Amino acid sequence: MHPAILGLVIIIMGVGGCVGYFWLSNIVLDNFIYPPRGPNAGRNINRANIVRPWLFLFPALFALSVYLAYPVVETIRLSLTERVTQSDGSTTYDFVGFANYAQMMAEDKFWEALGNNMMWLIVVPALSTAFGLLAAQLTDRIGWGSIAKSLIFMPMAISFVGAAVIWKLVYDARPPGTEQIGILNAIYVWFSGNEPQQWLTVPFWNSFMLMIVLVWIQTGFAMVILSAALRGIPEETVEAAIVDGANPFQIFFKIKIPQIMGTIVVVWTTITIVVLKVFDIVFAMTNGQWETQVLANYMYDKLFRANDWGVGSAAAMVIMLLVTPILVWNVYNARKEMK
Amino acid sequence: MDNIAGTKSSLTWAVHLSVVALVALWLFPTVGLLVSSFRTADQIATSGWWKSMFPSEQNLTLRTEAPETQAQIDGLYVIEGKLFEEGKDATISVWGISSRAISDFNAGDTAELRKGGTVTVQADGSYRMENAEPFEGSRGSRIFVTAETPPEFTWANYKNVLITGDATDNMTNAFFNTLTVTIPATIIPILIAAFAAYALAWMDFPGRALLIAFIVALLVVPLQLALIPLLRLHLGIGIGKGYLGVWLAHTGFGLPLAIYLLRNYMVGLPRDIIENARVDGATEFQIFTKIILPLSFPALASFAIFQFLWTWNDLLVSLVFLIDATGETTVMTKQIVELLGTRGGNWEILATSAFVSISVPLLVFFAMQKYLVRGLLAGSVK
Repeated sequence: MHPAILGLVIIIMGVGGCVGYFWLSNIVLDNFIYPPRGPNAGRNINRANIVRPWLFLFPALFALSVYLAYPVVETIRLSLTERVTQSDGSTTYDFVGFANYAQMMAEDKFWEALGNNMMWLIVVPALSTAFGLLAAQLTDRIGWGSIAKSLIFMPMAISFVGAAVIWKLVYDARPPGTEQIGILNAIYVWFSGNEPQQWLTVPFWNSFMLMIVLVWIQTGFAMVILSAALRGIPEETVEAAIVDGANPFQIFFKIKIPQIMGTIVVVWTTITIVVLKVFDIVFAMTNGQWETQVLANYMYDKLFRANDWGVGSAAAMVIMLLVTPILVWNVYNARKEMK
Repeated sequence: MDNIAGTKSSLTWAVHLSVVALVALWLFPTVGLLVSSFRTADQIATSGWWKSMFPSEQNLTLRTEAPETQAQIDGLYVIEGKLFEEGKDATISVWGISSRAISDFNAGDTAELRKGGTVTVQADGSYRMENAEPFEGSRGSRIFVTAETPPEFTWANYKNVLITGDATDNMTNAFFNTLTVTIPATIIPILIAAFAAYALAWMDFPGRALLIAFIVALLVVPLQLALIPLLRLHLGIGIGKGYLGVWLAHTGFGLPLAIYLLRNYMVGLPRDIIENARVDGATEFQIFTKIILPLSFPALASFAIFQFLWTWNDLLVSLVFLIDATGETTVMTKQIVELLGTRGGNWEILATSAFVSISVPLLVFFAMQKYLVRGLLAGSVK
């Protein structure tokens, strides 16, 4: 069967199945198990209302448990085991304690990935938030601001892989003496007169070349959120500052920024999570060569190239560990808000 | 806001200029790729895309017609013709007949040929060779010209990538595969999430707060953790690698955001409407389908755009759950990564393929930007 037809069938089955499940289960509940009639009508209505939320929730909870909660537990277990092929061809998983972690820690590539990831974690959220804030503040004051905003926001829609191609063209290098077709080298050769650089192969700096790609994508996101926050600032505070003789810079840094600090933190943490998961950009542009490795790509290498599930799972746990503080903080905030 | 107190900011110009600079910086890389996708391989390799908008000065090596086309006019052997192909609108400034001296003559000058005879080249590329003896040899003479050529763009790359290209270049298969992944992976989670969000927003039951916290926690779980356990699960229960697996995976990974967004939106719906409907005897199912779903359209649209962009642009999930050894089910992102490896220098193919893949999300983005922004605000600002 052609996959497109299969897709259509799956859509119909999936959607039909979902609707059918919700509809039928409600009918069964209301008409057969706890009918709101007869001597126990009142008690039945109450009971039906106790059961019903779980009918509505079941498919979602089931999918969440299987696709997100179970893998977390399973990854912890896998990171503590070694896959062994027995003499009869079957595979077993032997408990090895922290051997996978020890093996990982002994690898230079892991420390390189962790070090790079830390650099990403500082540079990308900081630059994206700063540029986003700048763009939000500037575009709010001009007539064509909304057009400018949507153009800066546009890279959001572009895939990491597409962005990798776009920026590889920017970083392209031709042999010295010939005309440069990558704009970065064209500018570099024009101004410095030096030989063109293979930007992606210069250790240390090449990581920044990759980070720029993510900053380019995430700035629009930061801008949209911060722009909404800036508009939410009560005008009286700004007016009062103007009356007191504050200049535009003072207004921005001393009046506006403190009032949107909460939003800045949210933007920062959201981008931090994106950074921790960053995979496609490195995979497509350098594949971790020339000392640009990051954790997510290191993990992919271990899982699918070296076929070492133990160490791969251990690397995944490191990513999870780095995310955990944000996870706890988010849950804490969400609970505080509901009270 | 600055002119409230009557002091119109003197910085207005600086603001305009800074925004222009920012927008240019953000737009330039994409425009570069777009322009490159309309140029031929030669053009891309010899000059930067930013020069393609203007007439460019190029050094070209061209050849006159072969001696067999000569005609005898007034006792002279003459070869006449145009150096450029028909329709090309180039202007020659200087030219030469030896590769070591390519700018010896101005347009309109006459040069002595080494093998005998003379040649005259005009600015528009027409030439006239004259000789008292017949011209000999099988090929024409080489003429080295420096010519100004107008900007030139072509659809040939798109034709190659979409229609005529061979298996490695052609994107149509991958395009439809991507579409096949994307549509079910967008629709199914919306439906499941909508019911769950309604229960979490408007039904009272013990453990509700805990469940919401659970979903908030799952929002940030990196999907890297899910790769191996789920692949094992899929292989174990017989789904294997394929569309069903990738649809299920995308559904699972998209659900936390979907439930979170939709619940936040549904909580804000007016309580009166729902309670009136309850009093009037509507069942919960009716309330949901007839009242909540239509009212939640903006939130549904927001999530649909997110999920569409995410699944269309995804590489990792497809790599792990979909693409098997045969490569039949490859998606566009994967194919572009492969092109980067095998055809890293063929920018005409790379640029065009990338743009085919980017164009759909860009269309969605510009058409539905309002909902995207709304969704972002609901998803992150507390």
